[in-house]
Amino acid sequence: MVEPVLQSLLADGGGITGFVFPNEYELHWGLLIVVYPYLTGLVAGAFILASLERVFNVKALQPIYRLALLTALSFMIIAPLPLLAHLGRPERALEMFLTPHTSSAMAMFGFVYAWYLAVVLLLEIWFDYRRDIVQWSKEKKGLARILYLILTLGVSDISEKAVKFDHKIGRIITVIGIPSAFLLHGYVGFIFGSIKANPWWSSVLMPIVFLFSAIVSGIALVILVYMVTTLFRWKKLNMACLDKLADLLLYAVIVDFSLELLDFVHRLYESEESINILSEMISSRLFMSLIISQIIIGTLIPALSIVMARTRRVNAEMRRILYFIAALLIQVGIFSTRWNVVIGGQLFSKSLRGLTVYKLDLMGPEGLLMAIALLVMPFIVLFILTKVLPPWPEGEENDTPADEADRAKDTLSPVRTS
Amino acid sequence: MMNTNRPQMWRRDFLKTCAQKLSLIAGSIVAVGGMKAMAGEENDKYNPSEHNYAMAIDIHKCIGCGRCVEACKKENNVPLDGAHFRTWVERYIIPEDGETYVDSPNGGMNGFPELKSDKNVLRTFFVPKLCNHCEDPPCVQVCPVGATYISPDGVVLVDSEYCVGCRYCIQACPYGARYLHPEKLVAEKCTFCYHRITKGLLPACVEVCPTGARIFGDLKKTSSPLRRFFHFMDISVLKPWMNTKPKVYYGSIDGEVK
Repeated sequence: MVEPVLQSLLADGGGITGFVFPNEYELHWGLLIVVYPYLTGLVAGAFILASLERVFNVKALQPIYRLALLTALSFMIIAPLPLLAHLGRPERALEMFLTPHTSSAMAMFGFVYAWYLAVVLLLEIWFDYRRDIVQWSKEKKGLARILYLILTLGVSDISEKAVKFDHKIGRIITVIGIPSAFLLHGYVGFIFGSIKANPWWSSVLMPIVFLFSAIVSGIALVILVYMVTTLFRWKKLNMACLDKLADLLLYAVIVDFSLELLDFVHRLYESEESINILSEMISSRLFMSLIISQIIIGTLIPALSIVMARTRRVNAEMRRILYFIAALLIQVGIFSTRWNVVIGGQLFSKSLRGLTVYKLDLMGPEGLLMAIALLVMPFIVLFILTKVLPPWPEGEENDTPADEADRAKDTLSPVRTS
Repeated sequence: MMNTNRPQMWRRDFLKTCAQKLSLIAGSIVAVGGMKAMAGEENDKYNPSEHNYAMAIDIHKCIGCGRCVEACKKENNVPLDGAHFRTWVERYIIPEDGETYVDSPNGGMNGFPELKSDKNVLRTFFVPKLCNHCEDPPCVQVCPVGATYISPDGVVLVDSEYCVGCRYCIQACPYGARYLHPEKLVAEKCTFCYHRITKGLLPACVEVCPTGARIFGDLKKTSSPLRRFFHFMDISVLKPWMNTKPKVYYGSIDGEVK
């Protein structure tokens, strides 16, 4: 699977410039390791968004609270799969849990993951849905009834007192959950940031940049999921909620971009020995993915479109279009961010004398198709979860076909047609 | 009298035979011990904590023939392609003006092509590279399962039965000394030919070097050839600012080498 790529590299130099150590011809962390921090970022971001409603009482976000939680859970379930698929010996993966090497940042993965999944996400979702689950277990019939009966875990008390207790516990879990979400993604950043051998990665800002980019991607994802699911359920979008989401997204983008700029300016100003090769890398190998895709398409254009939507007198339909485009472009941007960190960190030689290239396979366990499958899977999980645990807010207005026809006369809406 | 003498006689004979037998037994024990020693069986008692292996490289002596690279590949079943090396040789060409040129075609295994350049060359030299067997190895620090470790005799090793193939160690090594074995899918690197050195043999690369550019020894032994090298050469290690405390020591190395 690696061999043909290597052969072409060795045969014609394959675009390698300058001198790279012979063992560096082969890139070791490929597309799957780009997908992994992208997925965990979405988990952390979606959860932090959900916790705003719970802990800070941002009432406008109420309609997406449960949806954000389920989104976080769906992505969390799939998040370890790219890591597993990437291992040379996946059959030994459990050793990381059973015999972890305590000085290894990566060995902590099992614990951080288990803590976050079991203690934070599952518990919070269970306590939040408990009353509904008990009710469904009484109303539904057949298999569904059995499923909900199992999900009640044998607790059927939905007295006012018990429900109050659920809320209290839910709040406590969220309070614990926020630092846990920070830990989850900050930790992923630390895996890269603590590698002193790699000047592109080695930065104390790395965990913080990872965290804020996670929040950005998580909010954008919830916007997309909320808009698409509402569309397919023929319901009306809650514009107050959507405006609030867009505001939060803009603030997060500003903080994230400032941090990235700080990192960039800091590197440039310090001008350490790696600066020449890194500049060469940015202006050649990473130009498309960093300058064009991450900064212009993935940050500046979406930020400007939100600013436009929020500052100009823009009607609701136009705002929806702008938000949707912004959220979509931000996903492109954050995926590029992950790409630039993971792949970028391996495109230059540790001899600081040359650049190598990354050649993506189409098939194979680390190929493009696998990555696409891993990016689609969380949505399938989410679809199933929304069937089992409907997250939809109560008292939604229906979006009748008549409304739709009226609106179509006024404005052309790519949201509706896409 | 006869009666009284008899026990005495018996006692003397007894003592005599005992002495003979004892000396025979003692003699045979000594003899067997000696034979054992001659057969080299004292290696059974190889005590790793009595050693701390290291290597020194005399840049001036390396002629870039690449025999060390070939010997290493054969000795350790390293894939023969041009992208997996436990040791390799780099060529540095420093022109009178302009950038230093570095190459290592096929890890230097087949020597180096003649360089045709119109630039005037100021100086040029070869640098053999390998795992530095750091005292403070980042690869060991980051391994999530502890499959890579420092042996008691100071050699950084990988347990191929335990490695999960995550390649974090490859990322963490500042020297590019590790690779993923394309079939076994586990991390591999130089072991100082651990299977040889624990038998008192030299690593393959040291054994075949025609100019003695590689010096292998034990830092715990005053009789080690390393002592002499340290005494007469200006010593430095690669990327000392990484604070990895490498144990491959380079004599008179140029600042261009990283």
